[in-house]
Amino acid sequence: MTKFFEIYGQMLLRAIITHLEYVAISVSVGFVIGLALGILLSRIPKWSTFIMPLVSIFQTIPGIVFIGVLFLYLGMKPITVIIALSVYAMFPVLKNTYTGILEVDEGLKEAAKGCGMSQFQSLFRVELPLAFPNVIAGLRLATIYTVSWAVLAAMIGLGGLGDFIYQGVSANDNTLIIAGAIPAAVIAVALGALIDRLQKLVTPRGMRRGAAQ
Amino acid sequence: MTFKLFSEHLLIVVAAEVLALAVGLPLGVLCYFSPKARKPILWVVDVLQTIPALALLGIIMVLAGAGKQTVIIGIALYSLLPIVQNTNLGLLQVDPGVKEAACGMGMGRMYRLIHVEFPLAFPVVFTGVRIAAVNAVGSAVFAAFVGGGGIGTAIYKAIRIQNMNMLMQGTATLMAIAIALDLSMGWVEARIKRGHSSMKKAPARRN
Repeated sequence: MTKFFEIYGQMLLRAIITHLEYVAISVSVGFVIGLALGILLSRIPKWSTFIMPLVSIFQTIPGIVFIGVLFLYLGMKPITVIIALSVYAMFPVLKNTYTGILEVDEGLKEAAKGCGMSQFQSLFRVELPLAFPNVIAGLRLATIYTVSWAVLAAMIGLGGLGDFIYQGVSANDNTLIIAGAIPAAVIAVALGALIDRLQKLVTPRGMRRGAAQ
Repeated sequence: MTFKLFSEHLLIVVAAEVLALAVGLPLGVLCYFSPKARKPILWVVDVLQTIPALALLGIIMVLAGAGKQTVIIGIALYSLLPIVQNTNLGLLQVDPGVKEAACGMGMGRMYRLIHVEFPLAFPVVFTGVRIAAVNAVGSAVFAAFVGGGGIGTAIYKAIRIQNMNMLMQGTATLMAIAIALDLSMGWVEARIKRGHSSMKKAPARRN
């Protein structure tokens, strides 16, 4: 065990950092774009009737294919992975923002209007806060997917924990596989738990314990 | 895109779903029977789905060796969450009045489960299987990575030799399978649900 860390310790640490970098950057980019597009689409329901099914179909393309296609066009650069992961991180956030806002009780929107709120005030003071738990659920999905797909970065030679798994599989070296797989699993589970916490924090007080709805 | 890869892919998906059902249904029922067991079981299947696909496959490969069995076990583990969750949910949603009526007729616990509760919960369970199966088509791509064959083999190869045509063919086949599976299972689901509601509305006709 100690011998393993002597040889691979540095490499493993670097792989974990690369992995986290991919996840942090892509999820931030995807979250911002997804949130913005989700809000936008909820304002123009006419467009969304055909954009949402398109999003669903696009989402069925496996991440590996998308990374592969971008790789053929953009070449072996970190930006290839970041673009692919950001696009995939965007979808769940976009979907959840959109459905979250649409699911807000009509009565509450009407009440906001009746209080004299403008469109913007109604969106930012009433609809978004109520939709936020949903948005964070999207963020959780996006994060977990991204951790999972960042492993694929190694397939086009761009590091991360996937490097260990790939090398381990091709060299039939179980230690290497485990060295890549366990941290990847731990990162995914830990980030998921962290976001669950966050979700509890952002749930408006009236909605906790299912008071509203 | 050869037929061999295509059928291998389907075989992996079907085998994984059968295995997932064999494990997931009893677990779902256990969740329903014992609220104490529910929390840990649902937590474990949720964590299983959180683990990155390649990491999970890697870990299983260490234990089960390279080949189809590794992928089938991995995808079955992934499929557990929707199956267990929906089995539990479907059973919980059965009308309490119906359960009580069954109880009042003197049915035992298992008899009630098999003859009353499970049939009524079946549409919800089926939805879970559908979600699991459609997801499995995508995850089965990783089979190539642990030597399990399937369409993933073509996709990996296409990326390695930078052949866009082959990559597109593989992807299109994959999406076609996923969409066909989703639509056909959705159709079956709608029929089952319709059957259920007509049974509820006109019980007198069945004698």
